[in-house]
Amino acid sequence: MILGFSLAFLLTAALTIAGALAAALLKNLVHCALSLTVTFAGLALLYLQLDAQFAGFSQILVYIGAVAILVVFAILLTRGAGVPEYRGFSTSWFFGLVIASAIFALLTWAVVRSLPAKSAVAAPSITVQSIGASLMSTYVLPLEIVAVVLTVALIGAVIVAMPESRTPKSEAESSGGK
Amino acid sequence: MNPLAAYLVVAALVFAIGLAISLTRRNAILVLIGIELMLNAANLNLIAFWRFSPHTAGHGDGLTGMMFAIFSIAVAAAEAAVGLGLIIAYHRHTKTTDLDAMTRMKG
Repeated sequence: MILGFSLAFLLTAALTIAGALAAALLKNLVHCALSLTVTFAGLALLYLQLDAQFAGFSQILVYIGAVAILVVFAILLTRGAGVPEYRGFSTSWFFGLVIASAIFALLTWAVVRSLPAKSAVAAPSITVQSIGASLMSTYVLPLEIVAVVLTVALIGAVIVAMPESRTPKSEAESSGGK
Repeated sequence: MNPLAAYLVVAALVFAIGLAISLTRRNAILVLIGIELMLNAANLNLIAFWRFSPHTAGHGDGLTGMMFAIFSIAVAAAEAAVGLGLIIAYHRHTKTTDLDAMTRMKG
């Protein structure tokens, strides 16, 4: 226990934040994606410490298993024959940094000011069985809507990313443009 | 320090880093990474509030915050897929993912 926190919390919080900082500062895009994965893993560990086992393993499955792989694929697909972009920060980076630090200061000030010093709440006893039961009863309508949203979004993403069919206009454009 | 406050400060830091990535980096994929970090910070807030709220108040079955986070994870996955699809489509037309070079909307 350091400063009232368990060592596990401090280690996972440091891992999460270090991964996020590395994603913000590294130059190579693949390195950024890998440190993003580290951040996702750290967040999953934080969920596990918060007794949210189902959310933690969902985080590992969805983010590390799917989103990180998707990001890596997008990096590989968009890394054409073009020159690598080593000037990685925009010209107005200073203002972005100021805005982000101001928001962090505001959030931290609000959190530290508004919460009481100590509160001990018993861990909620939630089993995966109860989550499944309420997904099928109380939350069945949101579940169906999320299923529709996921289907539509994935079909839409495939259609957007698909090579366009050759219409006469694009034919003329590509033959004239290239 | 309150354990809830500690988790909220960690989430605020992750949110601020995600916002800084979105505002300062020039690559479109990195901007999407920043948005993912911000969504994850929101999820961490949801789970932390769910964990440290009293569950005897009779609001449903004590699962509401957890369900909110799980649905948020699902929607974030859909958002990532659509965003990366858009970036790939734009890259096919202009051969760049540099946001400063994305100055036209015509395909």
